[in-house]
Amino acid sequence: MSKTVKKSLIWAFVGVMLFLMYAPIAVLIVYSFTDAKALGVWGGFTMDLYAALFTDSAVLGALGNSLLLAAVSATLATALGTAAAVGIYYMKRKRKACAQFVCNITMENAEIVTGVAFMMFFLLINVQYGWAALIIAHTMITVPYVILSVTPRLSQINPNLYEAGLDLGASPVRSMLRVVMPQLIPGMISGFIMAFTLSLDDFIVSKFINGGVETIPIYLYNALAKRGPDPTLRALSSVLFVVVLAALISVNVVSAKRKKKAMKSAV
Amino acid sequence: MNSVPVKKSDNIIEIKNVSKVFDGITVVDDVNLAVKRGEFVTLLGPSGCGKTTLLRMIAGFELPTKGSIILEKQDVTTVPPHLRPINTVFQKYALFPHLNVFKNIAFGLKLKKIPTGETDKKGKPIFRKYTKDEIAEKVERVLKLVNLEAYGHRDVTGLSGGQQQRVAIARAIVCEPKVLLLDEPLGALDLKMRKEMQSELAAMHKNIGITFIFVTHDQEEALTMSDKIVVMTDGAVQQYGTPKAIYDEPANAFVADFIGESNILSGEMPRDFRVRFLGAEFECMDKGFEAGERVDLVVRPEDVILDRKAGKLRGEVVSCVFKGTYYETEVLSCDYQFTVQNNTEFAVGEAVFLSIAPDGIHIMKKLKTINEFDAVVTGENTVEFCGGEFEFVNAQGFEKGDNVRVKIPFDKVELTDDEADGAVGANITQAFYKGSYYQVQVYTDDDNEFFIDTVDEWDMGDRVGISIKPEDIEVLRRAVTPSDEVAATTDAEEPKEAAPDAKPQEEVGSE
Repeated sequence: MSKTVKKSLIWAFVGVMLFLMYAPIAVLIVYSFTDAKALGVWGGFTMDLYAALFTDSAVLGALGNSLLLAAVSATLATALGTAAAVGIYYMKRKRKACAQFVCNITMENAEIVTGVAFMMFFLLINVQYGWAALIIAHTMITVPYVILSVTPRLSQINPNLYEAGLDLGASPVRSMLRVVMPQLIPGMISGFIMAFTLSLDDFIVSKFINGGVETIPIYLYNALAKRGPDPTLRALSSVLFVVVLAALISVNVVSAKRKKKAMKSAV
Repeated sequence: MNSVPVKKSDNIIEIKNVSKVFDGITVVDDVNLAVKRGEFVTLLGPSGCGKTTLLRMIAGFELPTKGSIILEKQDVTTVPPHLRPINTVFQKYALFPHLNVFKNIAFGLKLKKIPTGETDKKGKPIFRKYTKDEIAEKVERVLKLVNLEAYGHRDVTGLSGGQQQRVAIARAIVCEPKVLLLDEPLGALDLKMRKEMQSELAAMHKNIGITFIFVTHDQEEALTMSDKIVVMTDGAVQQYGTPKAIYDEPANAFVADFIGESNILSGEMPRDFRVRFLGAEFECMDKGFEAGERVDLVVRPEDVILDRKAGKLRGEVVSCVFKGTYYETEVLSCDYQFTVQNNTEFAVGEAVFLSIAPDGIHIMKKLKTINEFDAVVTGENTVEFCGGEFEFVNAQGFEKGDNVRVKIPFDKVELTDDEADGAVGANITQAFYKGSYYQVQVYTDDDNEFFIDTVDEWDMGDRVGISIKPEDIEVLRRAVTPSDEVAATTDAEEPKEAAPDAKPQEEVGSE
């Protein structure tokens, strides 16, 4: 008796939590398929909002900007983060802890602080707000996530692998690129996807330094501020949500597959 | 270099005074070694003895702190690993998981530059790379050599341990190195596989004629496979010789204990060809010791002769176990437990006599017969050495600041479980069973060596405290004689009365 009560209480709790978390998003998505002006009024099923969205040149411009920014900064972050992960991995214990701590600061720091800091810093060193500033800032805030996803991979590979490359006549750089890096690719891919999605939906930092460049989150914010809750924004938010969700799921699938393979080869 | 005819006395590798210090700890200590072309040399020792570090210095993965490594008369001490004509088989294979068997083996070949025999305008030789066909042919040939002919397309992660090891060996020898280094390559295999690979490796060594330097902690493996064995402990070479020489003529108690089963005893040499132990005098084959010199001696279990009627020593059978091809009998005689191997079965409790033929006794110089250190008197009845303060009986009226020499017999040193119970802390580095007691070697934190005879069993690596009863410390005046002073100044070394924790010096003070 008490056991079933306990169980149902737990489920009730979980249910409420999930409802509070996802109901707003669910409502948003549902109402993105109707063109009613306000939420709560069902105007019949239609894809008009999506059609409007994908014909709006401002939206398409912002989307293009967002994708380009995410692709460039995620690529840079993957390259830098992988190199950093390798460097940090081979450090001695004290230095390692120190380096890891420094890397985590940008992740743990309040985004608003990071944003203000970037804004003032770029002003100080005379970098124009806009593309350059956005790429630098997005790369910097996503590098730690790449490091985090590459490091576990490093600890799995045979410690002698790099030396085996040297031993067979490969120069240090060649051994790193031809022997060690191929082992890190799964980690680099999931790091890239993480960096890509983080860049895609970053608003706070971007808002301080975007200059004239409009990314999707900034477009969304500006549109809301100017025109109020425009129905097309519901479609835009839904698209953004689905894209990010898809990316996260693909990261998980990649890592699950890898684990399975590791288990198999261990047997 | 290729055209130089191979001479008998041709050393392919010479290691000269090589030391390696990691974070203040000496891992390899002044090692000298010469390996002849084509030999199979094994570095043998317990884990942590520095053998792998020595191998890694030969491969180029570590730089020696001191000393040099000569390969074919050329100093390669600082040459990076990818430019050395040396290849390594790693302990855990270190195959490249993203490449198949063929590509793993071809990896080194693809990078190799070979002289075409022609020279450019400046007279420098022109190099080329192997062609695809040449690579394929070479890979096929080594695959055949390691019995993996049909495995070229296989994924390396799907292979068994033994197969992976063969691929690792093939990958290294396909590059035709001058020297092949093998770092405990059989350690990860099961016993049966290991035995198989041992004979295969030995056969391979004969076939291809490459010099092998093999690292292992398995003495049986070393004895069966090698032309020469280097026995190492504490980063230093204890003995270098053929397996037979090392087994029959161990240089010291450590080597005797590490190689094969043995009865190690303490004795003394009243004169040449005579040794006294356990209260009896035996004939032996050794000479050149001082009259009455204390020595260690080793008697192999198969060299002890048991007889029911007559012999030098009386004993009682403690146990007798059939081991398949012989009986192993434990005999207690004069408080010493002998291990004996022969073909006779004895009953437990039976009285037997033991004798040993002269060539069955091997005499070794004692490493040390007493613990001796330089010390400084720090108070009315305290003296400081090895980084700790000990109480002593001040009968000779030493004063604070006096430089003295202290002696403590092996059996007067006590080890305590709790480091805090002793005057100094130390780490156990070795323990030999000497029949009725253990001889334990410890190192204090300032790197001074203590020997302790004890009936307690201690494990290597244990942290202990050292305590000594005040009456057991013999304190002698350490006279700084004029000749010492001259020597000290001409050598331009540190002054003799340096720190109290200075290492024990050669000269003993007083008379």
